[in-house]
Amino acid sequence: MTEEIRTLKLKNKLGLHARSAAAIVKVVQQFESKIYIEHNGQTVEGDSILDILTLACPYGGTLTIKAQGVDAPAVMAELEKLVENKFGEA
Amino acid sequence: MSDDRTNKTFVLKGVGVSPGIAIGRCYRFDPLDSQISFYKLNDASLIPGEVLRFKKALKESEQQLLEIQRNLKKEKVTEPVYIIDVHILILKDKIFINRTISYIRNQGVNAEWALRMTLDHYKQIFEGVKDAYISSRVSDVQYVVQRVLRNLSGEQKEVTWEVGDDGVIIVSRDLSPADTAQMKLDKIFGFATDSGGRTSHTAIVARSLELPAVVGLDDITRFVHTGDEIIVDGTSGLVVINPYPDMLRRYEEKKRHYDAAKDEYLKYGKLPAVTLDNYHVGIGCNIEFVEEIPSAIVHGAENIGLYRTEFLYIYREDLPSEEDHFNNYRQVVTEKNLAWSTIRTFDLGGDKFPNYQKQSKELNPQMGMRAIRFCLKEVEIFKTQLRAIWRVSALGKTKILFPMISSVDEIREAKKLLEETRQELIDEGVKIAPEIEIGVMIEVPAAVVIADKLAREVDFFSIGTNDLIQYSLAIDRANERLTFMYEPLHPAVLRLIKNVVDMAHKANIHVAMCGEMAGDPLCVLILLGMELDELSMNHLAIPRIKKIIRESTMKESKLLLKKALSFNTASEVRACVHDYMIKRFPDEFKIEED
Repeated sequence: MTEEIRTLKLKNKLGLHARSAAAIVKVVQQFESKIYIEHNGQTVEGDSILDILTLACPYGGTLTIKAQGVDAPAVMAELEKLVENKFGEA
Repeated sequence: MSDDRTNKTFVLKGVGVSPGIAIGRCYRFDPLDSQISFYKLNDASLIPGEVLRFKKALKESEQQLLEIQRNLKKEKVTEPVYIIDVHILILKDKIFINRTISYIRNQGVNAEWALRMTLDHYKQIFEGVKDAYISSRVSDVQYVVQRVLRNLSGEQKEVTWEVGDDGVIIVSRDLSPADTAQMKLDKIFGFATDSGGRTSHTAIVARSLELPAVVGLDDITRFVHTGDEIIVDGTSGLVVINPYPDMLRRYEEKKRHYDAAKDEYLKYGKLPAVTLDNYHVGIGCNIEFVEEIPSAIVHGAENIGLYRTEFLYIYREDLPSEEDHFNNYRQVVTEKNLAWSTIRTFDLGGDKFPNYQKQSKELNPQMGMRAIRFCLKEVEIFKTQLRAIWRVSALGKTKILFPMISSVDEIREAKKLLEETRQELIDEGVKIAPEIEIGVMIEVPAAVVIADKLAREVDFFSIGTNDLIQYSLAIDRANERLTFMYEPLHPAVLRLIKNVVDMAHKANIHVAMCGEMAGDPLCVLILLGMELDELSMNHLAIPRIKKIIRESTMKESKLLLKKALSFNTASEVRACVHDYMIKRFPDEFKIEED
């Protein structure tokens, strides 16, 4: 089993809000791997939109994402792309 | 309908957001707490069945949301369809589901009860989140829970019209786009809701359908039941529950008056606003939403004198993209029946922008970092809007209006940015109009004083009387103890307006008025006498204003203005104008007497 850990900085002005959290969950659902997201010492599972929202990660905040599973590198790449593209927001 | 209840008459006061009177039976939409049974499962063998029932309700809820989403997409609704995505994801949230199931299993409660416990759990968690936006997301959880509860109760038929084929008045806590999307709108007479304001979804829908609506009633849902007779007076913001017979008769008569007046006045909407001595005044309409355009045209608007764009920013969690702006503006400027559309750049402060660096709260936001001041600081946000305005200028006649200008520097700076975006678009090969008329809102007293200098910088003025009055008389409009001092006919206000018109005409530029005063029938002759080129107002005011203009002369307006300007106090001016108008147009001013 592969494990990937990456720390990403949120670049979208809104931070981790409903729309961006929804985007993360939608990506995570397409893969086998388990995803854990950490912010400020709180860790949640990547497929729960409600838990991700409660992280309340603002613009400029960092998320540490851990992916465990056969397709860990692939899901990580997708999540990185999402954050990099500011979730398609301004 | 209900024999066991005493039909006591209640009157509630809210905010009238769509005028007119609706009388009919109440339909209580979405009763979360009433009609839901909570019970303990008295036998452990009932648990698997209860879990199954919960899962089935989840599935049904998901299917309904998908269906609503499909319909919204078909209708190309501009409001955020993605929020329904979020609702679906919550429905499928494993932790949300497992928590509810574990309540059923471990505490032996029915699914409804378990869901309420889950909701309470999330309420507690979200309350603890510092970010105000995120903590308010609990409303999404609540929304989802309500839907599941509805499916659990077996009433999955979305809106059931048991009241018969008559129309109903919808009473609800609040209404979301998903709610109204599934209603048979032709069966609705009006709306009354606990929460909401002028820009809430309920208000927009009501206005676009020209149905009376009152929002912000706080707790009307506690007082009414489906089937109660109610009156919604969207003009005064009153809702009457179980009106007693005399009151009902009075309201029926009022409604007849209102409807008749509307039909009668609509005839004048089509006609130009020309005085008997042939002086022509342009009539514009102030709008906030694209949906208001059809009624603007029906009521006789010749152009859009003020298109407020704040709505684009307020109704969402992220910033609107250039395309969002473009898609909205396009629908306005391409309307064939309008001579032009004046787009006012957004008049907002940083507090309206989610996640915008939270500054210390402004003590006096009305005079704070807002409108053009904010735009010149947040250049990128501003330029996105300017680019979209340039782009639609290629599709229909567009004018641009800058709010809150108080100095020549500000207008020059704004024009510089406008020029920059023009150049960018030309370099990108994007089609735009060769030029665009530029105007400033005259709403800060300083702008009145330097109107001659500002006039050299722009193509037109638009006088925003609401702010101009509050700034020049130093009255906080929100302060109820001062409302009596807010007086458009104050000699100082009249002098300020006259000064602006004179300066504009001296510089050969067009001058409009887009504040509430422009649509006040009492003030028409005064404004005519000042020779304003254009009056822009709420669509409902147009027919009546046109009628008065068509029955008056410039000559008498000048005389009345001269007389009004000779008084020393606002009350003398008001008495003089009021007496004159009542005598001169007895039919026009009698309805207000009752």
